Amino acid sequence: MGFFDSLKAKVQAVAQKVGDTLSFDRLKEGLAKTRSAVFGRLASLVRGRTLDDALLAELEEALLLADVGVRTTDRILEGLRQRWRRSNTDDPDAVLDAIKAEIAERLLAVGERSSQKGELPKPYVVMIVGVNGVGKTTTVGKLAYNFQREGKRVIIGAADTFRAAANEQLATWAARAGVEIVQQQRGADPAAVAYDTLNAAIARGMDVCLIDTAGRLHTKGGLMQELEKISRVLKKLVPDAPHDVWLVLDATTGQNAIVQAREFAKVAPLSGLIVTKLDGTAKGGVVLAIAEEFQLPVRYIGVGERIDDLHPFDAIAFVEALFAEQPSVPQSVE
Amino acid sequence: MFESLQARLEEAIKRLRGQARITEDNIADALAEVRRALLDADVHVEVVRRFIEDVKAKAIGTEVKGKVLPEQLIVKIIYDELVSIMGTTKSELIHAPAPPTVIMVVGLQGSGKTTFAAKLAALLRKKGQQPLLVAADVYRPAAIEQLKTLASSINVPVFSMDGADPVNIAEESLHYAKKFARTHVIVDTAGRLAIDDTMMREVESIRERIKPQEVLFVCDAMIGQDAVTTARTFDERVGVTGVVLSKLDGDARGGAALSIRLIVGKPIKFVSTGEKLEALETFHPDRIASRILGMGDIVSFVERAQQEFDEAKAAELEEKIRKREFTFEDFLEQLRMLRKMGSIRELLGMLPGMDKALRNVEIDDRAFTKIEAMILSMTPQERRNPRIINGSRRLRIARGSGTTIQDVNRLLKQFEEMQKLMRAVTTGKVKLRNLPAMMGTPWKRS
Ligand SMILES: Nc1nc2c(ncn2[C@@H]2O[C@H](COP(=O)(O)OP(=O)(O)OP(=O)(O)O)[C@@H](O)[C@H]2O)c(=O)[nH]1
Ligand SMILES: Nc1nc2c(ncn2[C@@H]2O[C@H](COP(=O)(O)OP(=O)(O)OP(=O)(O)O)[C@@H](O)[C@H]2O)c(=O)[nH]1
Ligand SMILES: [Mg+2]
Ligand SMILES: [Mg+2]
Repeated sequence: MGFFDSLKAKVQAVAQKVGDTLSFDRLKEGLAKTRSAVFGRLASLVRGRTLDDALLAELEEALLLADVGVRTTDRILEGLRQRWRRSNTDDPDAVLDAIKAEIAERLLAVGERSSQKGELPKPYVVMIVGVNGVGKTTTVGKLAYNFQREGKRVIIGAADTFRAAANEQLATWAARAGVEIVQQQRGADPAAVAYDTLNAAIARGMDVCLIDTAGRLHTKGGLMQELEKISRVLKKLVPDAPHDVWLVLDATTGQNAIVQAREFAKVAPLSGLIVTKLDGTAKGGVVLAIAEEFQLPVRYIGVGERIDDLHPFDAIAFVEALFAEQPSVPQSVE
Repeated sequence: MFESLQARLEEAIKRLRGQARITEDNIADALAEVRRALLDADVHVEVVRRFIEDVKAKAIGTEVKGKVLPEQLIVKIIYDELVSIMGTTKSELIHAPAPPTVIMVVGLQGSGKTTFAAKLAALLRKKGQQPLLVAADVYRPAAIEQLKTLASSINVPVFSMDGADPVNIAEESLHYAKKFARTHVIVDTAGRLAIDDTMMREVESIRERIKPQEVLFVCDAMIGQDAVTTARTFDERVGVTGVVLSKLDGDARGGAALSIRLIVGKPIKFVSTGEKLEALETFHPDRIASRILGMGDIVSFVERAQQEFDEAKAAELEEKIRKREFTFEDFLEQLRMLRKMGSIRELLGMLPGMDKALRNVEIDDRAFTKIEAMILSMTPQERRNPRIINGSRRLRIARGSGTTIQDVNRLLKQFEEMQKLMRAVTTGKVKLRNLPAMMGTPWKRS
């Protein structure tokens, strides 16, 4: 059993645990979806080759194309070189194994350090934050559905009181998921909505309280402070709330996601990431840098617009998808 | 993390110092830095490769002459190349020979299509046109409601049909537009992935039926390497006529703009800079070029400085600094030149690295007036030789300029520090980008 396989076994054990809190069938299905194009090309490209400069250059390009970023790519390749020097095997898939392991280990290290809270508090309060249009509201709908299907009683709060029709959008998701919702009119104080929601959650004996927030660019000081206020207000009712604050990242986003994570972490106690839109051709490789630099594990991935298109994060599947085939760039039209 | 390109280049370019000519060999490090900077800005890997080759071809053989530093020269070559790729400023919409002009808005999920559609309608209305917005996104929860809310705030009608499919809705909207004499029809379509064949076929059909003059691809400025794949597929399938770069009010470097421009070859027609409906601007290739390079607007700084500073005077000044003869008279002259060049904030903002530094800084133009008054209250002798300014002279200067003795003390102290720094600059110990630090007083941290 290669190193990568043993890692995989380890991950599957963790995934089982997470799977207990979510529907495991859908997870497998979802992975098939992310994995669809997967590994074939790289595997055949790399098989039987030794780790020379030419191969390193090809691997570098694959990582850069997946938005991993220059710095993290350099670090991964350096790790790979060392791993390679230490190893001595004639397994033709050794390089492939080594690079996958190099990346997956980084992700798993973060995941393990900060995961598993044991029993969830009641109500379990989660705030969803992120820049505009990344998929926060959709994700709240999907999360609500997941928890609801596990038999938990869920309430969601529409703390985006700014965006046109944000209320209607979230109400639709609440209805789809079959959960309760608290909202106020457009323009109301988002912190007040959050407070009301948690209040209702406590009064009605809810298990889970999800707060959707408005999209905001991390460069807007005023809006960022508003987030601080929301988590402050929640504490008035439940001192250790919010129990989780998840930053939603769009997989198509490039290096700016690093700045997003840094800035959001300053105003809210981020505890994890959710990467959306992984059903597209974008790979979301920038989360490697973010996970490591800010010690933020990826909790879930979004792989579509349907209510059941949210899955617990699987580091191995993610790594494999990083190297999935990408159409090559045609000649310039000029 | 994103230091300015210029700053990075300074390190890489040491090998170029003192060389008469740029060669393949001595430019290698610098180009490696340029490559990193472009990749950090999310420019596509392949585009970066081509771009570097172009720049290399242009730079090699260039003479390093006069007072221009090699790094400035390279930045200039890169910048010019970028601007020329980015192309024209032209952002005019293509109009139909007879109204209505039909505009289709397409793109990935959440890129800002609906917001842009409403912004464009607002812009057209302001110009006295009669736009119609069409709600052809029947999938996203409350998409129609969103468009209606936005439209009602700008008094633009929305065409929508319950239970119909997007192709029909778009087609019907044209009849409606003709009947009610609308000048423009703006069709807001659902977000879709380029690899979602069913959904891509849908936009193809819409296009075939309504034959739009414009198909605008809305692209989030924060997008990474995927920009190229996506834009290319949209273009192949629906024939994009122009690009809208959205969410430029953030701090994303927007490298996608370069990639799309180079690979898909379509002009950027608008940039979207906020959630409010007024936040729509025309595209400036030079601004996006500076942004991608992350260097403030160093090029216009250099150019403006060159225009304003008399070459001979500058040389004289340099000489003086070297000989440690820099006086209050020279300082006054400098101050006035600075002023002539534009507001201080604007000017400093053009220096690399200063954009960020200035964010929390309040620049007080009045402080400059104060300094000017103090210098004017000095005797010519004092200006040339500040060391003679003792206590009673200080008091006199303060009274004469309507300032306090503390103000005068501060000025003298700073002037002394400035002289030191200037010497350091000329001997190469301090980099130009630290220059603002020597100007101490005029602004304060807020
Ligand atoms: N393909 C795909 N689309 C997604 C996914 N998640 C969300 N979307 C779509 O992305 C778009 C934006 O989603 P929203 O949930 O409104 O995003 P948001 O972050 O709440 O947006 P704002 O509140 O406006 O900042 C919608 O069209 C969603 O259907 C995903 O995992 N895959
Ligand atoms: N800061 C900022 N936000 C923007 C800009 N343009 C759009 N947005 C926001 O981005 C989010 C998504 O915008 P939409 O117009 O709904 O995007 P869309 O492409 O229509 O989304 P779908 O229809 O779900 O695919 C909303 O929160 C908008 O307010 C912009 O230029 N700057
Ligand atoms: Mg939302
Ligand atoms: Mg829309």
